[in-house]
Amino acid sequence: MTEHEYDVVIVGAGGAGMRAALESSQRARTAVLTKLYPTRSHTGAAQGGMAAALANVEDDNAEWHTFDTIKGGDYLVDQDAAEILCNEAIDAVLDLEKMGLPFNRTTAGKVDQRRFGGHTRNHGEAAVRRACYAADRTGHMILQTLYQQCIKQNVEFYNEFYVLDMILDGDPQTAADGEEISVAGVVAYELSTGQIHTFRAKSVVFATGGAGKVFKTTSNAHTLTGDGMGIALRAGLPLEDMEFFQFHPTGLAGLGILLSEAARGEGGILRNSEGERFMERYAPTIKDLAPRDMVARAMANEVREGRGAGPNKDYVLLDLTHLEPKHIDEKLPDITEFARTYLGVEPYTEPVPVFPTAHYAMGGIPTNVNAEVLRNNTDVVKGLYAAGECACVSVHGANRLGTNSLLDINVFGKRAGIAAAEYALTATAPELPADAPAFVTALVAKLRETVGGEGTERVAQIRKELQETMDMNVQVFRTEESLAEAAALVTQLKERYTSIAIHDRGQRFNTDLLEAVELGFLLELAEVVIAGAAGRKESRGGHYREDFPTRDDENYLHHTMAYARPDGIDLQWKPVVITKYQPMERKY
Amino acid sequence: MTATAEKTDSTSEVGAVPTFTVTLRILRHDPEGLDGREAGAEYWEEFTVEAFATDRVLDALHTIKWEQDGSLAFRRSCAHGVCGSDAMRINAKNRLACKTLLKDLNPSRPITVEPIKGLPVEKDLIVDMEPFFASYREIMPFLMTTGPTPERERLQSPEERARFDDTTKCIMCAACTTACPVFWTDGQYFGPQAIVGAHRFIFDSRDEGEWDRLEVLNDKAGVWKCRTAFNCTEACPRGIEVTKAISEVKKALTSGEV
Repeated sequence: MTEHEYDVVIVGAGGAGMRAALESSQRARTAVLTKLYPTRSHTGAAQGGMAAALANVEDDNAEWHTFDTIKGGDYLVDQDAAEILCNEAIDAVLDLEKMGLPFNRTTAGKVDQRRFGGHTRNHGEAAVRRACYAADRTGHMILQTLYQQCIKQNVEFYNEFYVLDMILDGDPQTAADGEEISVAGVVAYELSTGQIHTFRAKSVVFATGGAGKVFKTTSNAHTLTGDGMGIALRAGLPLEDMEFFQFHPTGLAGLGILLSEAARGEGGILRNSEGERFMERYAPTIKDLAPRDMVARAMANEVREGRGAGPNKDYVLLDLTHLEPKHIDEKLPDITEFARTYLGVEPYTEPVPVFPTAHYAMGGIPTNVNAEVLRNNTDVVKGLYAAGECACVSVHGANRLGTNSLLDINVFGKRAGIAAAEYALTATAPELPADAPAFVTALVAKLRETVGGEGTERVAQIRKELQETMDMNVQVFRTEESLAEAAALVTQLKERYTSIAIHDRGQRFNTDLLEAVELGFLLELAEVVIAGAAGRKESRGGHYREDFPTRDDENYLHHTMAYARPDGIDLQWKPVVITKYQPMERKY
Repeated sequence: MTATAEKTDSTSEVGAVPTFTVTLRILRHDPEGLDGREAGAEYWEEFTVEAFATDRVLDALHTIKWEQDGSLAFRRSCAHGVCGSDAMRINAKNRLACKTLLKDLNPSRPITVEPIKGLPVEKDLIVDMEPFFASYREIMPFLMTTGPTPERERLQSPEERARFDDTTKCIMCAACTTACPVFWTDGQYFGPQAIVGAHRFIFDSRDEGEWDRLEVLNDKAGVWKCRTAFNCTEACPRGIEVTKAISEVKKALTSGEV
């Protein structure tokens, strides 16, 4: 075992983690621990753009953006956080441009902007051009640019270090309200050697990304297994709003690979088997550019009512054939290439089969607007921060608008980095208890012992069954029965998980062991998603209950706060911060 | 064992994706010497799997790992060609496993899968990427400017932006560098990716560090090592015209103009 000591440890090297690192490493001794190489993070898969009311191409302002974010989130957004997000958006884009990000340009040489779902002029009048973009690889450019700046600043990375535990100096569930609890560090498993490392740190920032692999059909990377959220849950911290998962309307049918909403922003149209532009019926004003939850539900409904396309009538069509091939090549080169590579479809001349794909966790580790992690509705854990998809500030509420996540990681990644470093400069070094690595040592040893042992269950089989039941029962449409079915199966799968056997006996690059650990997180997070969905007896944003099809502000204008207790998930509630936008019916 | 590309009965169902049997012949590397092997042993191992017509090489590798041999080690993440984790040598060509469809590889014959060449192998298909990233760092891959920072964005025309668009696509998968015969034999050479990384800034109108970078690339480890084999361009899963980018850097050095 090896021990390390830093002022700040950042877990995760996607957009939020590296943005935090750029701030933190200027101020305090910082290490970035990442399960992957930094440039492999899933920020790089984001396509369409990053929202900011630059008003470079038409009238726009941060207040309109704030309103759209709150309405898009079906009023579950904390409005103080949304104001910060949208006000700081402009500098966030300009910061990236100054770092060298190659945005597309207007003829005047400014950062170009385009339309995206739910972003409107003057509180819903019409779609507005707010998304700053770099072709359809904006996330790739952000990831590259941030990594390049990290190189420039000599940020210290620990690549392929898998953090498996956080160390706190108290039990957040038994501590009294107001009692101070602080972070002391993290414990990591080094993939290349199988060694365990402890990192003592005054501040820890979690920026570990999403948990899309809870579902079968997902745009998420194989590595997005909710590790950071799972670590927080195991440490006794709550997870907020985990029932809200975004299903992106346009995943490649059967594969889930993302086709950016920019395809519709650039003029693409969704059609059913009859060729009808069905979004005209669901969102008469902004049609195909309605928020993702509404479009995804409309698509699923078309299929359910027999108007799906294809031999099994199980998808709808994204039609780009009326766009000029040159326009497609300039603005949407990558996603049209995906259609060609994976489905053999030529988007110039043929509509592309699409269906909703699990895309984004609106919920996560609860934080305040300074990215400090909450251990209940009011108290923070000193020195502990979270940002990006693994966190819940909450700026996305019940449904995130497209292009607000690349914004989120930049705004709140930066805030987390500054706050973590400033706290570290004033805090005294924490003590790591002697048994700090005990949990991880035991976890790894136990999995190793399963090699060649009695275990009869396979990790991949359990994961497959988990993902299938989540797709079947906890996707776009949910009911009490479907959630109960999923809950029962997850309980069984957790039991079977105790009988798994892995096959790799080696110490080096034991990705077999890694996948077993990841499955543990997925099972626990699925349980939280289901518990939240069962407890929320209303429909709001990405969470739709067929047995409770309307929004119920009287009873459910609250965030869920899910705690793992010995006897299961305990669902508590937290008020939504409302500043000046009273909840209204959500029409587009 | 030879694979067959016969369609199974399931194809008679409307909309069912045809399946076929395929054999993968994988070059394995055991760093620890388990199961009676010597530490560092290299050996070929064949696996046969059932695959769908839409499956990629990565799907077949997953099927092997998840159903037959959990110790098979490879990197992967996004699984659709944007993260750059899973470059490997497939039927003697560098490609991304997640972007290579099995049906495009003549699955009636065994498909060979090896780690990319020229970087130290760590385990099976996993190589040590550090020398590759070290070369990238050497070319100073970040915007360099002088003078005060403007309040708003730096202006850049669409034409100026288009000048370096191709090289912004790079995902640092190392397919190009490890396809380069010069890189295989000359441990000093930066390799094509570092030159692509430099090109992206040298031809960016906002950047003022072009001559610092060109000086690095003019070095004995730099662009003049390139023998224009075009392997890099063929290998690039992003379709970047790597050789063209290298020749533009060479031209800038000879002409003194960017």
